Amino acid sequence: MTNHWIDIKNANVVIIMGGNAAEAHPVGFGWVTEAMQHNNAKLIVVDPRFNRSASLADHYAPIRSGTDIAFLLGVIRYLISTNQVNFDYVKAYTNASYLVRDDFDFHEGLFSGFDEEKSDYNKESWFYQLDDDGYAKVDETLEHPRCVWNLLKQHVERYDFDTVSNITGTPVADYQIVCDAIASTHTKDRVATFMYALGWTHHSKGAQNIRTMAMVQLLLGNIGQLGGGVNALRGHANVQGATDMGLLAQSLPGYVKLPSEKEPTLADHLAAHTPKPLRPGQTNYWKNYPSFYVSLLKAFWGKYATPENDFGYDWMPKWDQMYDFGKHLDMMYRGEVNGCIVQGVNAINSMPNRNKNLKALSNLKYLVVLDNLSSETATFWQNEPGFNEVDTASIQTEVFRLPTTCFAEEEGSIVNSGRWMQWHYKGANAPGEAMADSEIVSGILMELKKLYAEEGGRLPEPVKAVNWEYTDKHNPSSIELSKELNGYDVNTGRQVSSFSELKADGSTACGCWLYAGSWTEQGNQMDRRDNHDPSGKGITPGWAFAWPMNRRVLYNRASCDVNGKPWDSNRTIVEWKGGKWEGIDVPDFNAKLNPKDSAHPFIMQPEGVGRLFALKLLKEGPFPEHYEPVESPIGTNPLHPKVVHSPVLRWFEGVKDTIGTKEEFPYACTTYSLTEHFNFWTTHCRLAAISMPETFVEMNEQLAAEKGIKNGDLVKVSSKRGHIFTKALVTKRLRPLQVNGQTVHTLGIPRHGSHNALTKKAYSCNVLTTEMGDANTGVPEYKAFLVNVEKAEV
Amino acid sequence: MATQDIIRRSGTSEATPAAQARVGGVKQVAKLFDATKCNGCKACQVACSEWNDLREEVGSFQGTYQNPASLSPECWTLMKYNEVEADGKLHWQFTHSACMHCADPACLKACSTSGAIVQHANGTVDFDSDKCVGCGYCASACPFDIPKINPVDNKAYKCTLCSDRTAVGLEPSCVKTCTTGALRFGTREDMLFYAEKRVAELKDRGFTNAGIYNPEGVGGTGMVMILRDINDPESYDMPKDPQIKVSTELWQDVLKPLGTAGILATAGVALLHRITVGRNIVEEDQPGYRDEDHEEDSK
Amino acid sequence: MTLNRRQFFKLCAAGAATSAISALGLMSEKAYAAVREFKLLRAKETRNNCPYCSVGCGLLMYSQGSGGKNSEHAIFHIEGDADHPVNRGALCPKGAGLVDYVNSPHRLQYPEYRAPGSNKWQRISWEEAFKRIGRLMKDDRDANLIEKNADGVTVNRWLTTGMMTSSGMANESGIATQKFARSLGLVAIDTIARN
Repeated sequence: MTNHWIDIKNANVVIIMGGNAAEAHPVGFGWVTEAMQHNNAKLIVVDPRFNRSASLADHYAPIRSGTDIAFLLGVIRYLISTNQVNFDYVKAYTNASYLVRDDFDFHEGLFSGFDEEKSDYNKESWFYQLDDDGYAKVDETLEHPRCVWNLLKQHVERYDFDTVSNITGTPVADYQIVCDAIASTHTKDRVATFMYALGWTHHSKGAQNIRTMAMVQLLLGNIGQLGGGVNALRGHANVQGATDMGLLAQSLPGYVKLPSEKEPTLADHLAAHTPKPLRPGQTNYWKNYPSFYVSLLKAFWGKYATPENDFGYDWMPKWDQMYDFGKHLDMMYRGEVNGCIVQGVNAINSMPNRNKNLKALSNLKYLVVLDNLSSETATFWQNEPGFNEVDTASIQTEVFRLPTTCFAEEEGSIVNSGRWMQWHYKGANAPGEAMADSEIVSGILMELKKLYAEEGGRLPEPVKAVNWEYTDKHNPSSIELSKELNGYDVNTGRQVSSFSELKADGSTACGCWLYAGSWTEQGNQMDRRDNHDPSGKGITPGWAFAWPMNRRVLYNRASCDVNGKPWDSNRTIVEWKGGKWEGIDVPDFNAKLNPKDSAHPFIMQPEGVGRLFALKLLKEGPFPEHYEPVESPIGTNPLHPKVVHSPVLRWFEGVKDTIGTKEEFPYACTTYSLTEHFNFWTTHCRLAAISMPETFVEMNEQLAAEKGIKNGDLVKVSSKRGHIFTKALVTKRLRPLQVNGQTVHTLGIPRHGSHNALTKKAYSCNVLTTEMGDANTGVPEYKAFLVNVEKAEV
Repeated sequence: MATQDIIRRSGTSEATPAAQARVGGVKQVAKLFDATKCNGCKACQVACSEWNDLREEVGSFQGTYQNPASLSPECWTLMKYNEVEADGKLHWQFTHSACMHCADPACLKACSTSGAIVQHANGTVDFDSDKCVGCGYCASACPFDIPKINPVDNKAYKCTLCSDRTAVGLEPSCVKTCTTGALRFGTREDMLFYAEKRVAELKDRGFTNAGIYNPEGVGGTGMVMILRDINDPESYDMPKDPQIKVSTELWQDVLKPLGTAGILATAGVALLHRITVGRNIVEEDQPGYRDEDHEEDSK
Repeated sequence: MTLNRRQFFKLCAAGAATSAISALGLMSEKAYAAVREFKLLRAKETRNNCPYCSVGCGLLMYSQGSGGKNSEHAIFHIEGDADHPVNRGALCPKGAGLVDYVNSPHRLQYPEYRAPGSNKWQRISWEEAFKRIGRLMKDDRDANLIEKNADGVTVNRWLTTGMMTSSGMANESGIATQKFARSLGLVAIDTIARN
């Protein structure tokens, strides 16, 4: 979230789309009801299902799953064509006025540079026109035909109401209401927030879903404002922290990169990732990349990281492609992997195409599962007729099941969606012999260090060098690890108080530059408990620590016009007053500068502005475009039938054969969470099992009547990849939609099916889902695929 | 130890009231359920069971989000789910179903066991289970179908308004946990004041039929509700005009005093009971009565 | 079906008898109504955050024992922290039922091992677990670590073992995991955050 949970109360319009906050983030949703009651906010819910969020909405609009981009590009067209745009904001704080290269083009669903053979783009043309100094050319009048504004206008021209309705199935009357509500916030005294989650990421164009919304917010001038922003409702309690920790295939902590093999030396890597400003005078905060990077290497390798050895850069593994878990499962399936460590994840049920995963895990030599609950992943080798059919004796995998502590039995910090780092305390000992994850990885690492010291082996240096100088090497304390995350001066041991103190010369070490300031010489800033809200705007600077630098609203410079005057005096975050900046939040800019000299608000971009045109950052193109889900219930793309789905998808070998067609599998299907459950964890909790004992499949009354299915009937749901048995919930909350001249029925299945818990034995919905996913992230398309449904014999 | 704040007690006439010296400074409390702010998350339901150490059996899917299917001796708060089409729109309506803590409690009137049901000065209607004989009169008399008899210990159970929490100055567990502020707790006066204000807000937002559910037939309730359409409480599974049954009134006002006066013979009570309320409880399919003993007998 | 008649008369008799006793003022010891005793009175209170979604609600966890050296704390109740500015005491149904996660009968207690082809778990010690896992990992790494790619560039990556990490664990375990994994050369690292 650029903003935070409490800040939702400041919104005038709340759009829940690509998420279901009432269901998945109920307490956060409480701030929506707060905005509705005390700020007279309107709540709009756009979703394939009339869900718990919709139950309180002022207006609910149905949408066919996987068509959000068409929906939002239509909104952009509407905003532009009705002049409901915050033009002052757009001109000053976005790249609307920037000129794009003449060779950039879009035609029949493809952007310029497409290489059919590689299914990928040469992105050369997706860039600004540069002047002789290397700065982007701009036309502040927005009249130049090659400026982003005019290219955007041209790009969205196709998305008129009828076209949008024909793709999304959203009736035009509903669409008009949603468009008007969103557009109402283009004025300087009104702000909208979008709340989204996995309903947008779980698509074959998830990143573009989110990006389209961000463009809407930029056009309305809603980013950097109280009550506005781009608000990802993170899933797990510490998704934010796990991502901050860089636990992703190509990341390191603090959003710095795991090097690629194209960057053989530290200098190569730093050159590739330290941007040059694209406009004069910009902050270009990533210019500090070398300081963050070298400090991280010092945290990794300690005294073994020296200027002479490029601070241990060679020991960092270099990637040739993205090895996300989807990719790695595919490699396991092909017998290319020997070992897998699964930490707190019910992988077999959480990952798509369960039948394939079962074969993949069976191919392993060893599987190590760290968990505090008994999950189906650790017991994948146990035969369970119907639910998990395997030949146990033939599975040669050695499996370890290692018990871990849960939150209540350890201390440490987790980061909520609003980037608040909150410290928690231990309330009881763990059951039996359970250990914290950090203790377990230390135990394995100490064993490996011992083995390499005794026997030698392949590349023993990094195993020896990795800095594990904790008081108890077998069990580093949370306090030590936390202080390492904050960063310190390696010579004096002094904790840094800000990332501005980090150096690229090896004199500082820092586990995650964004966390600098969280554990300073003043102590632990994350367990602060002053809940005072002096401004009444929901900013509680004395509660916990919000990265970066305790800032609660990111890009808050954009809450003011270029002269430093707030767009709306009731929404003041910072203000240029009497020759200085004042405000209720930590400024997200250089507050020493006069606004006339100060840089633009989006300080992480080398041009300082928000990008309506994304340059080369996303694989599908610099503008979003509607592509159908990999499995489309209409089998075509009404905009460009030759390019039905994203042209840059990653196709693993043989996967094309596992994709169903609408002829065979005529119904759209989506999966989701219920408020009573949290993935599979709560299936082991009696109270949660009582409140929702069993999963089901939701379907509309018309489809149920056609198929002779009554509420509560046992049904068989099948996809190209497998089938499940479950019970039908026939409801008015789902309804057939008219799309491209046909009726589209959508089914919905909760994702909590488990055969090894306190709930009723149930199939995992991921027997049905496909591993095809977003080309940028590898996130699978759990939210839009094709199935058939039949009444089952009992 | 007596709480000495009992303003009514079952099976007791005015001749022998409960100790009630400590009522002077006590304000009546109320729980407010604002259905227009509820999203049916079930936090109240789970928090109730957690606080009260109740663990119902894990059931099965019954074609609805509603689980368990009904209130039970081990489920004192239940979210109910109704899909309603009105004003050209679909409404998914949720009801926080739990004891209404009636000002004039039918259960207490129907109960013949001295002190098994009491009403505290703050308005809470509470069951003193050690005295309960499990006769089920309360269950059959309740116009809201709340009390449930546990076949294991043959006692009646229902929401206590967390009397153990309110006694130490805390709000009920369900209210504290409510995620959207649909549940509130305070003095009855404050809750009614707030409810009126809230209804006015709702009318401004276009909920022209919004209103307060505080039915007079039971003397008003300690759980006050705000409903989207006050003319259609049935769409929330709430009775439109709940009344104390004539039979219960008769039992309380005419027949029970006889007990104090001369102690009626058992046969007489049985006969009268058969005539008045008896038939309401002898049907075994009544949701209020689960009689495993009887099932054993009939096998 | 009718009510068990025997039971019915039993009840009527009991009712009449109780009425009679109360009328005569012969109340038994238990006759006075008193509310259930407040169960948190001296329980140890520990602050924490909900481990489920990313709202980060504040929790108050209650465990028995005075904090004295001879008692083992066991958490028996969890409710929302009213001081927390986001949840202000509220918890969703999952959070409200957290005590059944902490005390779930399905919590794992000790390290276990399943041998190739076996259909059962066997309990092992942590030492045995670390030794065997260390051996398996080292053998795989020694056999399959790629030190240089086809172009002779140092890449030091190990592809034949991977790690799927938790997004429920604290940052401190997160950084330990990150250092552990990269120092061995793992590149196949992901987090369930996305799935």
